[in-house]
Amino acid sequence: MPTDATTAGLGATSKRRAGLVGKGSIAIFVVPFVVLFIAMYLAPILYAAGKSLFALHRSGLGLAPPTLKFDPWSNYSRAFRDGAFTGGLLRVLIFGIVQVPVMLALALGLALLLDSRSAKAKSLFRLASFLPYAVPGVSAALVWSFMYTPQSSPINHLLGGLDASIAFFSPSVVLWSVANIVTWAWTGYNMLIIYSSLQTVPEEVIEAARLDGAGAWRIAWSVKVPMVRSALVLTTIFSIIGSAQLFNEPTVLQPISQGSIASTYTPIMSAQVAATGGDYPYAAAQSVILAVLVGAVSLIFFKLTRRGDDSL
Amino acid sequence: MTSRVAVTGLLALSAVYFLFPLWWLFVAATKPFGQQFSGNGLWFQGFSLFSNIHRLSVEDGGIFWRWMLNSLIYCGLGALIGTTLSSMTGYALAKYRFTGRNALFGLILAAVLLPQILFTLPLYLMFSRVGLVGNPLAVLLPSVVSPFGVYLARVFAAQAVPDEVVEAGRLDGAGELRIFGTLATRMMMPALVTIFLFQFVSIWNNYLLPSMVLGSDSTQPVTVGLVGWNASHVDVAPAYVVVGSFVSIIPLIVAFVALQRFWRSGMTAGALK
Repeated sequence: MPTDATTAGLGATSKRRAGLVGKGSIAIFVVPFVVLFIAMYLAPILYAAGKSLFALHRSGLGLAPPTLKFDPWSNYSRAFRDGAFTGGLLRVLIFGIVQVPVMLALALGLALLLDSRSAKAKSLFRLASFLPYAVPGVSAALVWSFMYTPQSSPINHLLGGLDASIAFFSPSVVLWSVANIVTWAWTGYNMLIIYSSLQTVPEEVIEAARLDGAGAWRIAWSVKVPMVRSALVLTTIFSIIGSAQLFNEPTVLQPISQGSIASTYTPIMSAQVAATGGDYPYAAAQSVILAVLVGAVSLIFFKLTRRGDDSL
Repeated sequence: MTSRVAVTGLLALSAVYFLFPLWWLFVAATKPFGQQFSGNGLWFQGFSLFSNIHRLSVEDGGIFWRWMLNSLIYCGLGALIGTTLSSMTGYALAKYRFTGRNALFGLILAAVLLPQILFTLPLYLMFSRVGLVGNPLAVLLPSVVSPFGVYLARVFAAQAVPDEVVEAGRLDGAGELRIFGTLATRMMMPALVTIFLFQFVSIWNNYLLPSMVLGSDSTQPVTVGLVGWNASHVDVAPAYVVVGSFVSIIPLIVAFVALQRFWRSGMTAGALK
């Protein structure tokens, strides 16, 4: 795009070339989205933030209907004292710390394998790994619930031959049973983003490394991986957000989890419980806390990895 | 040679992991009705797929196909409108300079960073205030807004639509909308298909929103309906959930296979330099 200095003396047509189009025509492009964006994104956040500042007060006997009082800290301090909510936050944190790196390492590894010279039938493998993404989250959870249920589990059926079995719903395993569903669903998606990015690594760079005597491993690690950094940042941030949203999988598994998954298992589930119980301000406060935490974590990660890199 | 065997072996192993549950689902859906969970989960036991689908079609007054139609409408319409809005906004952000451009893009990027599921609860409250709860619009309206779509469209418009083309259109006397509609969209096609598919899948995937804002059975998408069936084992046999799950994922898989040429090149744009 030319700078203002070069267009200054060149008459009206060239000025328009710099993007100076009438306000009216730009408005046609932007206004419909912006209006809906304000209504469906900004308004709900402000609404929730506002709601969360009011506390629900019930009269002593609980006979009169509860009243709302402005009490800005009440819901927030309650959330941090609420063991179920903080427990859910902690659980999601542990989940993310383990699941996100495992999934992305898997995605990166598969992308590098697929990108290597030795790979055969690439389009077939690419499609196979991407298919789970096309399966809706709750459908994936339903299918995996059949994989996990003791009576039907084909996994344990296979393991039975080895006299082994996995108790997918035992309290210490169940979180990782959930993690497996998420990993299954999203590895291929992330792999494809990384793989697409690998395609743009210039062939000359790889050839030069090869001439310098670098082996396949060395090229993958020292040449290819640094060049897909922005794709890795993108997928990591999406995965962090995904972990915070954990809802579908535990919700579907809950009824058959033999009590290992409580109704407040994750922060979103906990907010949902408060909302269906009629305590909207408390549910809103939980949503706000989660939004702030996720936003902060994503932003910190973004800033840390972005240094000196403007490609995102 | 050894590396070829190792690479293919590892890729094959990953394919087994990704396809295993889908294979099980396919096999289970073909088993005689009621025997979905018996016998070898990984091999056929007669082929009753069509009679199973017939039973699925008449269960509960044939509501399954109603659910499929609802899903298709929510996702198809939502993704179509969403892609149009996103691509217009992304194109404007990439090609025009206007006051507030950076602020708007920053805001949209910030919205990408927030879990969408967080908006659901306040949306539910707002919709119940204005009497939209139970109305299909309560699912459609939030679905058409895709900040990530705008982001993708902006990246792609900047890369794929040269300023010269826009300028040439103007010299020919075409209006901005026409330039966008006839020239730019053609160049942005892979990105548009990608945005459409992402949007389609994310609406199809969104379970919380429709389960909260829709009351009656007849307006639900298929995911909400199936989870409802699954939760009521007493009323609806689990076999219906298995067959229904299988049938419900076929359209998406077909769409992905058919459109893979497009979304693959579109994803390259999303993955950036």
